[in-house]
Amino acid sequence: MFSAIFPNVDLAKAWQKTWETLYMTGISIIFIFLLGIILGLLVFLTSKGNLWENRWIYGIISGLINIFRSIPFVILIVLLIPFTKFLVGTMIGADAALPALIIGSAPFYARMVEIGLREIDKGVIEAAKAMGANTFTIIFKVLLPESMPALVSGITVTAIALVGYTAIAGVIGAGGLGDYAYLDGFSQNQNDVTFFATLLILLIVFIIQFIGDFITKKLDKR
Amino acid sequence: MISVQNLTKIFPAKNGDVTAVDHVNLEIKEGEIFGIIGYSGAGKSTLIRLLNGLETPTSGSVIIDGKEIHNIRGAELRKARQQIGMIFQHFNLLWSRTVRENISFPLEIAKVPKQERKKRVDELIKLVGLEGKEDAYPSQLSGGQKQRVGIARALANNPKVLLCDEATSALDPQTTDSILELLVDINQKLGLTIVLITHEMHVIRKICHRVAVMEAGKIVEVGPVLEIFKRPKAEITKQFVRQVTETEEPSEAIEHLFRKYPEGKLVKLTFAGESVEKPIIAKLIRETGLDINILHGNISQTRNGAYGFLYVQMAGDPEALAKAFEILSAEQIGVEVMKNV
Repeated sequence: MFSAIFPNVDLAKAWQKTWETLYMTGISIIFIFLLGIILGLLVFLTSKGNLWENRWIYGIISGLINIFRSIPFVILIVLLIPFTKFLVGTMIGADAALPALIIGSAPFYARMVEIGLREIDKGVIEAAKAMGANTFTIIFKVLLPESMPALVSGITVTAIALVGYTAIAGVIGAGGLGDYAYLDGFSQNQNDVTFFATLLILLIVFIIQFIGDFITKKLDKR
Repeated sequence: MISVQNLTKIFPAKNGDVTAVDHVNLEIKEGEIFGIIGYSGAGKSTLIRLLNGLETPTSGSVIIDGKEIHNIRGAELRKARQQIGMIFQHFNLLWSRTVRENISFPLEIAKVPKQERKKRVDELIKLVGLEGKEDAYPSQLSGGQKQRVGIARALANNPKVLLCDEATSALDPQTTDSILELLVDINQKLGLTIVLITHEMHVIRKICHRVAVMEAGKIVEVGPVLEIFKRPKAEITKQFVRQVTETEEPSEAIEHLFRKYPEGKLVKLTFAGESVEKPIIAKLIRETGLDINILHGNISQTRNGAYGFLYVQMAGDPEALAKAFEILSAEQIGVEVMKNV
């Protein structure tokens, strides 16, 4: 039955490519989560009327976020080639895709973090200040817990976009399902392989969305 | 306990500076419930935030329990704030924390060990009457219950002063009364000094010992609540007093009385303190032989005594009327002849 619909699909190879996609997505999402929260917090805290209000730092970080968010991903990979070679030592394979994936997505996530933080009621921050909380306490006991549902739903959206980015990176030699769909599927005129790879990508996206929604719902006590 | 001198706060703005608090002087005694009343924009919110250093003054001083709040910064200010509780109009609870965890928050900030924290939270939950709600989230509570959590949280570190920022303005009248009772209760039990700001004279009447009336950044009048009710001087104070004592638009009501009772004199009697409890009308009728008709009346209870007024129609010969006025002034009752008909 399976070989009738997908005559050219080698399941072992498909599994290996799926694993590469999951690997690229998983590793980058950890870095994006941390980097995005740090950048998002900095932008939020230095913005007008907040704890570390500072026009210059706000301007610089906000500017960098906008620049890196605006560069098309394919071009970003090319621009980052020297940096990637220095860091990873090669341009081929899943590891080589990580710097571009992280730098391309962290600014996007940072903006979502900032939006999440802005939604926190100013009164709650004021209450914490009135209790004698320092900035460290306000960040870890007020800002992050109170915005956690937004942070999780943000990372879900980012992860799904990231699966798409890994597919683009795959075409340029990073492996993964994008590489499988393009090289084994499209280039060799095996449409069933392209179709199967697409199904696998969709499955990954649905699973990420399901897990993200589940955790967001669990966290949200509003 | 609290001493405010020449306190001024100016907010710079594009089209001219805004003076939110203008040379304010206040002395608030230990154990006192002190009210500050004013309309929105009067500067009372800024004033209360100057008391715990959430705003820094442009000039002047704030001294609470010997600490110069206007002079200290950083860790020292944060330490001082732990001794000044604050509750808010919109409660400002952390929705991600349960009742227990919310009350525990200031204790975590003060680095109280876990075991003690738990014990203290249990005490506080009992104090504010929230037994059984320990593990509920704020979204599962009513407004009054949320404010109780806010009060418990503000009291966690045994502060000497409690600041209330429009603490009942978002609550319905019944819940307002129950929260006010709780405030009086903790004021008496713990000897806590309470400073509250409000735009409702009802709140002042119910629980305050003294009141300051604020308008355009300035304190226009300050004194014991009953005194302010009896003899409001500034026009704005009269407006606030009317909020409590008069149910209808006053002129309209009086106009109506004139039309209905055209004979004799229409007199407004004002009682305060002890005179409220005396059987004055009976005495007047007995000693002067006047016909007295009670038209409309109202009594408000304040912390330092009752305040009330009565509209009566008096009919009789001029001598009897003169005698009646003598009796009234001897009993220290305010008399105002509304109109000779």
